[in-house]
Amino acid sequence: MDLKEIRIHGRGGQGAVTSSQVLAIAAFFDGKKSQAFPYFGVERTGAPVEAFARISKEKIFLRQHVYEPDFVLVLDSSLVHALDITKGLKKNGLIIINSNKKPLDFGLKGFKVYCLDITKTALEIIGKPFVNIAALGAFAGLSGEVSLDALNKAIGQRFENNARIGELNKKACAKLFEEAQKQK
Amino acid sequence: MKKVEESSIAVAIGAKLARVQVFPMYPITPSTHIQEQIAEYVNSGELEAELIDVESEHSALSAAVGAVAAGSRTFTATSSQGFALMFEVLPIASGMRLPIVMAVANRALSAPINIWNDHSDSVSARDQGWIQLYVESGQEALDTTIQAFKIAEDKNVLLPVMVNLDGFSLTHVFEEIDEPEQKEVDAFLPAYKPEHFLDVKNPKTFGPIAFPDSYMEFKKQQQDAMIKSLETIKKVNSEFAKKFGRPYGNGLIDTYKMADAKFAIIAMGTVCGTARVVVDELRKKGKKAGLIKLRCLRPFPTEDLLRATKGLKALGVIDRHVSLGFEGPLFADLKAVLNSNLKMAGFIAGLGGRDVSMKHLHKVFSEIEKAKPKGSWLL
Amino acid sequence: MAKEKNKREKKAGQKLTLGAVILEPGSTRNYHTGAWRVYRPVLDNSKCVSCSNCWKVCPDAAIKRTPEGKFYIDYTYCKGCLLCLNECGVKAIVKEVEVK
Repeated sequence: MDLKEIRIHGRGGQGAVTSSQVLAIAAFFDGKKSQAFPYFGVERTGAPVEAFARISKEKIFLRQHVYEPDFVLVLDSSLVHALDITKGLKKNGLIIINSNKKPLDFGLKGFKVYCLDITKTALEIIGKPFVNIAALGAFAGLSGEVSLDALNKAIGQRFENNARIGELNKKACAKLFEEAQKQK
Repeated sequence: MKKVEESSIAVAIGAKLARVQVFPMYPITPSTHIQEQIAEYVNSGELEAELIDVESEHSALSAAVGAVAAGSRTFTATSSQGFALMFEVLPIASGMRLPIVMAVANRALSAPINIWNDHSDSVSARDQGWIQLYVESGQEALDTTIQAFKIAEDKNVLLPVMVNLDGFSLTHVFEEIDEPEQKEVDAFLPAYKPEHFLDVKNPKTFGPIAFPDSYMEFKKQQQDAMIKSLETIKKVNSEFAKKFGRPYGNGLIDTYKMADAKFAIIAMGTVCGTARVVVDELRKKGKKAGLIKLRCLRPFPTEDLLRATKGLKALGVIDRHVSLGFEGPLFADLKAVLNSNLKMAGFIAGLGGRDVSMKHLHKVFSEIEKAKPKGSWLL
Repeated sequence: MAKEKNKREKKAGQKLTLGAVILEPGSTRNYHTGAWRVYRPVLDNSKCVSCSNCWKVCPDAAIKRTPEGKFYIDYTYCKGCLLCLNECGVKAIVKEVEVK
């Protein structure tokens, strides 16, 4: 089984659910099978939110929650201290944190931890702290699970009705993709 | 056309392709996205339908009754408490033999308040003369919505159909779907042309009283139509498979690795997906595991289930609803019809959105392998 | 059994249609509800001011109007409840005992 599972941690309003959806669409454009789904808890701005994605070469039948993700993407670094973002994460699993700190600062042992300043890139390029789509650039660069091309197509589709923001997101994605590959 | 889409949207696409003419709506979580999307289709002109904004679910289904009685193809959607509020109208729709199709985004009933998935809403209404179909994936939700109209409007059936999909666990899942072409759906599903409908130029009476000397005869007609619909559901499934290349078992049940299975799970809805993966794992260990996916709860496909369970040693039954004070309703139904030599155990699972995990299903398999399996609640 | 069924259908005046639809329009007109009246309301058109109170309250829609606008009582359907008599403000309706 080549099934890969991704858990995205965000705060209500950051767009973690949209991240997972765009990721699933991107995997589809890469010719893979995918699934994206949220966990709906309290729908309140700022509350911790989780969204999930599955990517595989084969058709995905599994419909349980994601218990042992291969990747964890953290859109807001304060969540690292608020909850156990490593819960169930596979040994040597990949953690990507939106932060201007260093990976060691978070004290997460037994995992591959990367910190990218997604907020800074978003502010520079988009002009607003929209990190959810930009973060996927970092994810693509570090995980290799989706291509940047596919990601661009997926963003184009998702932002069909807001092409300007779509284009800015694509730019932010490309920049973070590059940065991620440098860190790798 | 293939694309990644939310399963709720897949249902809306199904309704659009079926050229629904009237859509009374009163959105409730988690069915909301279905309604929003259809409203969007109506707004953009992609779907030429009358959208009726009503003041309650009771009114939504009442409006659907009126719309179908007037001869329109009619669709609506609901969940949980909204479904419960519709209850009074459910037997009216079926008793009047009106082929309404309704998507139910299955959700637990209060109290305590809970917005997540189980089957307590629709299964509670299994005796109200609606055909009840349960789906596993976004694709199946889309396809079944189209099939549902063909089943409901069949001259031998003329009964309302519920398309049940798990709230959140399916309604809010994005995955690949293949959207059929409009002209192919048109060829599969011709326009609805009822023999009798409300027409001011040719008045008829709908919904009159039936006295004790005829009420039972009308109920017998409904019962006969329900039993007859078993054949129609199969026929529609195979016609659909021929045209679109996607069979769902025989329409009533779908089986997975049952040919030589000794131990099997039977379930409805998304649990079946996870169960397939568990069956694969057990097969790798050399165990003869299998899955029966029950697609149609009412009418109950007794003969098909008897055939599917032939040669089976034990069956674990998953109910996402409990008949409080008794047991899982599906378990009770199966005990009534299946061979008494077959060992059976009933499991109550996934109430109020509790995840039904691979771990749970492995537990069910190891339990039914025992000499005297015992059912339990999968907490 | 079949004979019994036929008998029932005959009694109902038609076959058992799907969903109990009644195909013949206006079938309730055949119920002549005026047959068992005890009191008979009689309307005196010379006193009537055409206020339409009686027409509004009649539970059997048995108060009717001529094309010229004059009210009259349709005795085929009037059950003799006398609501019209009670509601008439100008005492244009009186009761008589039905002769039968």
